[in-house]
Amino acid sequence: MKNLLEVDIKVPNQTKYLRLIGQIGEDVAGALQKFNDSDPEELAYHINLVLTEAMANAIKHANKNDPNKDVHISINLTDDQLWIRVYDQGQGFDISSADMQTPDPELDHGRGVFLIRSLMDSVKYRRCKKGNVLEMYKSLRTSCDNHSVE
Amino acid sequence: MIVTSKDFDKAVVMSIEEERLDAHNSNELKSQLMNLFEEGKSNIVIDLQHVRFIDSSGLGALVSGFKNAGSREGNVKLCGLQKQVKSMFELTRLHRVFEIFPSEEEALASF
Repeated sequence: MKNLLEVDIKVPNQTKYLRLIGQIGEDVAGALQKFNDSDPEELAYHINLVLTEAMANAIKHANKNDPNKDVHISINLTDDQLWIRVYDQGQGFDISSADMQTPDPELDHGRGVFLIRSLMDSVKYRRCKKGNVLEMYKSLRTSCDNHSVE
Repeated sequence: MIVTSKDFDKAVVMSIEEERLDAHNSNELKSQLMNLFEEGKSNIVIDLQHVRFIDSSGLGALVSGFKNAGSREGNVKLCGLQKQVKSMFELTRLHRVFEIFPSEEEALASF
């Protein structure tokens, strides 16, 4: 498995940086085009969205909007896998209550984790050294590949 | 957040002149809608033609406006959705909540 791209970035705990992180996600999608036959515009949007949702959760729910904290984002791209890890410095938040069911359309909140889960193959949230990490994985193998995914 | 509003006989058209509607500016959209409600304007068309990206907070702000308008016997309708933005409404089933029109004219004509 060849490591194609690794991005490690630490940003202040402020929503104004969502745009920057989303843009980086779109640029990563550009690098993916050589290996994936999906709609380039759609893939760019999905990676932008996953990063935006995960970072907004870290800022608001884990780091409680504390301006002295940071969010650390790591994107790791191989020839057949995309890993996105978003590290917070807080007490964590519960993602288990947000399952795969479509959220009540009448509610004005609670769609973030649903969107992440819909667009990625696996989503885990666990404790780490200085806080928690939201770990998201997507297989980039096309339907023509015949080997299985771990 | 840059927003322009135009008053018509049956509704107000609020055009969002931003490329992104996300957790950074969605509260501002809620406030802008609340200002219109407080002026007694509860029939609103939100023109999203400039919005290239919307996240769950942006969708939530629109739902909040929709519910507020409903409680005032008004309605919030949408127009000008770009392809990827529209797909977010479909993924979250919000296309069944909102009336969505291709153009401002068609949205206005529906009131």
